[in-house]
Amino acid sequence: MAKGRIVVNEDLCKGCELCISVCPPGVIKMAADRFTPQGYHPAELVDPDEECTGCAICSIICPDAAITVFRWVPADKIKSTAP
Amino acid sequence: MTDKKMVEALIFSKPESLTDVPTHYCPGCTHGVAHRLIAETIDEMGMRENTVGVAPVGCSVFAYNYFNMDFAEAAHGRAPAMATGFKRVNPDMNVFTYQGDGDLASIGAAEILHAAGRGEMITVIFINNAIYGMTGGQMAPTTLPGQKTTSSPLGRDIESHGFPLKMCEILSQLDGSAYIVRRSLHDPANIRKAKKAIRQAFEVQRQGLGFSMVELLSNCPTNWKMTAEDSLEWIEENMIPYFPLGDFKVHPAIAKSKKG
Repeated sequence: MAKGRIVVNEDLCKGCELCISVCPPGVIKMAADRFTPQGYHPAELVDPDEECTGCAICSIICPDAAITVFRWVPADKIKSTAP
Repeated sequence: MTDKKMVEALIFSKPESLTDVPTHYCPGCTHGVAHRLIAETIDEMGMRENTVGVAPVGCSVFAYNYFNMDFAEAAHGRAPAMATGFKRVNPDMNVFTYQGDGDLASIGAAEILHAAGRGEMITVIFINNAIYGMTGGQMAPTTLPGQKTTSSPLGRDIESHGFPLKMCEILSQLDGSAYIVRRSLHDPANIRKAKKAIRQAFEVQRQGLGFSMVELLSNCPTNWKMTAEDSLEWIEENMIPYFPLGDFKVHPAIAKSKKG
């Protein structure tokens, strides 16, 4: 299965939890230990078993475009690489 | 694992047509989703340097801060009139307005009706969340029968307050309109459909077929007094039965090309 990861931009995340509600493997959690500059608990990837597939459903529902999604793909099918 | 060389690919990042400014919208508000869909579509069509948007009055009054393109702010409800001016002076530009239900269906009802009636070649993105958000949750023309708002605390009474306006159904009756559809932003599948509809609406404008409008059913977690997740369910359970999703008018030239 494909592997992926997400990066949450904590300047933009408002902790609405919509990404958590749609994540198929359920690997997004709220970070209860810190606040964003706007004063919300941000979402973060908690994925010890590497279950994230990079499906990007969280980024589709995120109202603040705060989630960047990466996925491991075969080198010959690449469109744009991670910076 | 295969022996194929694997590399980490960028699947999704914030579209270039949005600025890095954090929005002032409440957590979970689908205004942000609608902004992103418009920005993605404009990026994909490569029209950012050739687009001008018109912001309304309402929660999205600061939309010009969030879109990384030319933007103008119209008086309350007058965005279609301003967009008409832009489009007539610059017929090659992509002109769109971004309006909420209080702006478009209430104070701006005359402007939207006549812009559609004249067949102005503009695209309207209509955010319908059945309430006035910015002013504190008052009853809007699209408030559902029985829905409680701050100005109808016992629920909208159709005897004294009348019925909600269904703008897609109204505007699709006019000969000047070319593409009138209603979509919802309540789950990822419908968000994808909404993006396709926005793309089709801009195509209609590019081909000069007539007036185009995409109505997007949206939420207002703050004034509906529920969590973001519950508000999306509320759209599905209450709004969609009253405001059915679908294509109300699709110009034959676009209907032939591909399904939206």
